[in-house]
Amino acid sequence: MFPARFDYHRATTVDDALRLLGEHPGAKLLAGGHSLIPMMKLRLAMPEVLIDVGRVSELKGIEREEGKIYVGALTTHAELAASEVLAAHCPILAEAASKIADPAVRNKGTIGGNVAHADPASDLPAVLVATGAVIHLKGRRQRQVKAADFFTGLLATDLGEDEILTRIEIPDLHGRSGHAGSAYLKYEHPASGYAICGAAAVVKKNADGTCAAASLALNGVSATPFDAARVCRELIGAPLDDAVIRQAVNDHLHVGDPLSDVYASGLYRAELAKVYGRRALRLARDRAR
Amino acid sequence: MGVIGSSIKRREDPALITGRGRYTDDLSLPGMLHAVIVRSPHAHARIVSIDAAAARAAEGVVAVYDGRDLVPGGEIKGVPTGWLLPDLKVPVHPLLAVDRVRYVGDGVAVVVAESRYAARDAADLVEVEYEPLPAVVDPAKATADGAPRIHDEAPENVAFDWQLGDREKTDAAFAAATKVARLKLRNNRLIPHAVEPRACLADYDPTSGELTLRMTSQNPHVHRLLMHLASMGLPEHKMRIIAPEVGGGFGSKIHHYPDEAITAWCAINLKRPVKWTATRSEANLTDAHGRDHATTAELALDDGGRILGLRVETYAAMGAYLSTFAASVPTYLYGTLLSGQYDIPAIHVHVYGVFTNTTPVDAYRGAGRPEATFVVERLMDAAAEVCGLDPAAIRRRNFVPPEKFPYPTQVALEYDSGNYEPALDKALELAGYDALREAQKAARDDPKKPLIGIGLSSYIEACGLAPSQVVGALGAQAGLWESAKIRVQPSGSVTVYTGSSAHGQGHHTTFAQIVADKLGIDPEQVEVVHGDTEKVQFGMGTYGSRSAAVGGSAIATATDKVVAKARKIAAHLLEAAEEDVVFDPAADGGPAFHVRGVPDKRQGWGDVVLQAYLAHNYPDDLEPGLEETSFYNPSNFVYPFGTHVAVVEIDRETGEVRLARYVAVDDCGNQINPMIVAGQVHGGIAQGVGQALWEQAVYDDSGQLVTGTLLDYAVPRAHNLPSFETDHTVTPCPHNPLGVKGIGEAGTIASPAAVVNAVVDALKPYGVNHLDMPITPEKVWRAIHLKGAL
Repeated sequence: MFPARFDYHRATTVDDALRLLGEHPGAKLLAGGHSLIPMMKLRLAMPEVLIDVGRVSELKGIEREEGKIYVGALTTHAELAASEVLAAHCPILAEAASKIADPAVRNKGTIGGNVAHADPASDLPAVLVATGAVIHLKGRRQRQVKAADFFTGLLATDLGEDEILTRIEIPDLHGRSGHAGSAYLKYEHPASGYAICGAAAVVKKNADGTCAAASLALNGVSATPFDAARVCRELIGAPLDDAVIRQAVNDHLHVGDPLSDVYASGLYRAELAKVYGRRALRLARDRAR
Repeated sequence: MGVIGSSIKRREDPALITGRGRYTDDLSLPGMLHAVIVRSPHAHARIVSIDAAAARAAEGVVAVYDGRDLVPGGEIKGVPTGWLLPDLKVPVHPLLAVDRVRYVGDGVAVVVAESRYAARDAADLVEVEYEPLPAVVDPAKATADGAPRIHDEAPENVAFDWQLGDREKTDAAFAAATKVARLKLRNNRLIPHAVEPRACLADYDPTSGELTLRMTSQNPHVHRLLMHLASMGLPEHKMRIIAPEVGGGFGSKIHHYPDEAITAWCAINLKRPVKWTATRSEANLTDAHGRDHATTAELALDDGGRILGLRVETYAAMGAYLSTFAASVPTYLYGTLLSGQYDIPAIHVHVYGVFTNTTPVDAYRGAGRPEATFVVERLMDAAAEVCGLDPAAIRRRNFVPPEKFPYPTQVALEYDSGNYEPALDKALELAGYDALREAQKAARDDPKKPLIGIGLSSYIEACGLAPSQVVGALGAQAGLWESAKIRVQPSGSVTVYTGSSAHGQGHHTTFAQIVADKLGIDPEQVEVVHGDTEKVQFGMGTYGSRSAAVGGSAIATATDKVVAKARKIAAHLLEAAEEDVVFDPAADGGPAFHVRGVPDKRQGWGDVVLQAYLAHNYPDDLEPGLEETSFYNPSNFVYPFGTHVAVVEIDRETGEVRLARYVAVDDCGNQINPMIVAGQVHGGIAQGVGQALWEQAVYDDSGQLVTGTLLDYAVPRAHNLPSFETDHTVTPCPHNPLGVKGIGEAGTIASPAAVVNAVVDALKPYGVNHLDMPITPEKVWRAIHLKGAL
């Protein structure tokens, strides 16, 4: 690869990385490098300084504490896909991670890098919105932002230039309050493997089979994850049969300003959102207990 | 079974799959410099000025040259086009643009530096001022009034206007027809995507005046000849071209590009080795693209579904310049194949080769023949619909019957052999055609099930390029024979020198099998040498599925000459008359000569070979040594054929197409190595399915390549494809010594039509009669839900 000239620093701890960030305004953090480096190769990104956080061990790993799961920012997609903790408590994140690109990308790409890069066609953002995840950031102080508020635009987030995304907190979907069903379905671009449409659904059922709670978010169809909250409000308390889901989606899932490109038009993506949204809700329902 | 016909493992693979293959970019020489070519970001623009001062001053930069530097004395050297048609407009294709750029990627300057990084950084410092001009990218629009003129030599943007067949007879056939099937077809533009990008390493010795060029070439001797004749002017004996390991080509490494001449020029001028390697993005912009046709095609039929005539009009994009074999592809490799497997009494084809502000177009796996098969096989399905016949039935009704071979078509070819119906039958049986039709019907009536589509493609190709007299008469400016030299070493091992230059085909294995089979020795005793103009006397190279049929035949012929010479020696040793001595490669105890009828009076192969070199008591008319050469010129093309069946499932809600099954029955004559044949079939099918469903070079109206990276341009991947079901029939080629045809392109030729036919078949209930490739889900969705509003 032949990127423009840049300086490279390797951080050893989060505080070390923050110090380097302070010293080098405009520096970019390098984690798995699977979004940043291709852009640098094409000279679409030409950062003067890279700060490599790839060996900061405190950013790694998946832990479960008191009904919450904490995923370190440096956790790779392959680790997410293979995690027993996620399989037992938040399978949708493992499911989505397993559908990212190919094994080489999954072995290097990280959840923190993925989320901070905020590619609208990426797979994880909608999953984090649908599960109600919280993004933990550290700068001069620590702060926490709901996933639904974190993504602010095309490749834009609430992450400050002097901050590091440290970990992601996700509710236990199979906790004491019941076994929510979840599903991530994806229609991938045949070249990039990115989502033309990815649908993340979480559904909780009452004992009588009616909907106790539901969430649905979509990747690939809009600049930020599309939160189909209106559809889900419609479902609460309703029996979760196919017709009800279809009706709610048809009436309330309207992507206002859909993405459009040479491969798939906005009109088509808006339709895909409905079909995939419906199918993800149905599958999540079937998996709920 | 002999060595020919056995699936021995590819001998070249251990090195390649353990990363020990040495490709051009792996090679370095002391003092080597690196070249980066500055390329036009505009599809069409006048060059106002080039200021390289900042680039020249940059750290590590040794030189920067532009188009004017490369033409001292004002004589613009360019890369040539090799195949001429009558009245072909041949604009100069300069090594670097001099006053005008004509496509995004056209070279304008070259930066040479001590490292590749330095060269790449300095390339950004070359300031080129452009005055943008309007561009045209669509071949169907290039000849319209008011379209921008790309070359002064071709005012209407028409490079050639070419016809074949009998227009009057065809018009009469249409006048007599009771049914007509008509289609407007786009054959999508493709980017070859060899895994290894093009590269070259030029090394010039100023004392001897010799240039050694290591490069990604499918035909090093042809490259040397073209560089001698046109772009460089160096004497051939002072130029050595070596193709090290070459990582795929698909045609894109046949052509002579400016890049190798620029690199060589820099090495000569700077008296230091210079290396240039395309980046992937650069390869996508500059490797000759494939296809890009806009066609209107009509088939005239009688009430019974018998074909009466075929009429085809095609606008074929040449791109911005005529690449090496550009003019041959949409003419003699396309128009001549339009009879397909069918007995068509009248054909007329009219092709306009048009310039567009795009990357030049040239041969890409199949080269013209996939385009022809697509026209014919799409029309057969359209005709089946018009006539109310099953697609298999209408094909069967129109096949050239076996008793009509050799069959002269209405478009200049004579099919040497063929037996089409058994291949169709075998494919239908393997696919379970009747059961598939039942399943299709059941699925149509159940909205919960995906739609099922079944597509046939009964293809023919003319390959084994090519009978020299024929192609010479058609404008090739060269015969397409092949050379082979067989050197038997004193200890009996054999070195084969072939002009056929492998880049993934398996020559080290199959060529060794030919020799080993004929001589009765172990293939491990046979070494195959190729890809070096200093080691091999001459060669036409590897393309057009010619390696086995032409290169292999040359090897077989040369091996026969070796046996004939060895027989003379054996006769001398056996004190027998030459005509009484026979060679038995499969004799007990190893290959041996013996006196006819007296098996005990024998001389083993090894003894004879050794005596060829220890010769001391030979008669006057017997020369020592054992080495023979053959220049094999085929008497005709070879004509592989077969029938492929694609089965698709379509998601009614989203239009997503899943290739559920793919059945291929191919007839490539005798098979030297069935495993390698199957490998070629599998790879070819994958590539053709890629064209049908995913691949497309998309230019916007300003001439920017929108799908210029692998992020946007979808090549087929294993997880998108089912496991292919392959089988074969064997109709040996009657006119070459091995009875072989070609198989390298068959899959790519057959599969686009099979897949598109399957999708259109699935969508019949929606009144769809055609969708253009690549068939994206959105196109299908629109066809289902928006009633064809595309």
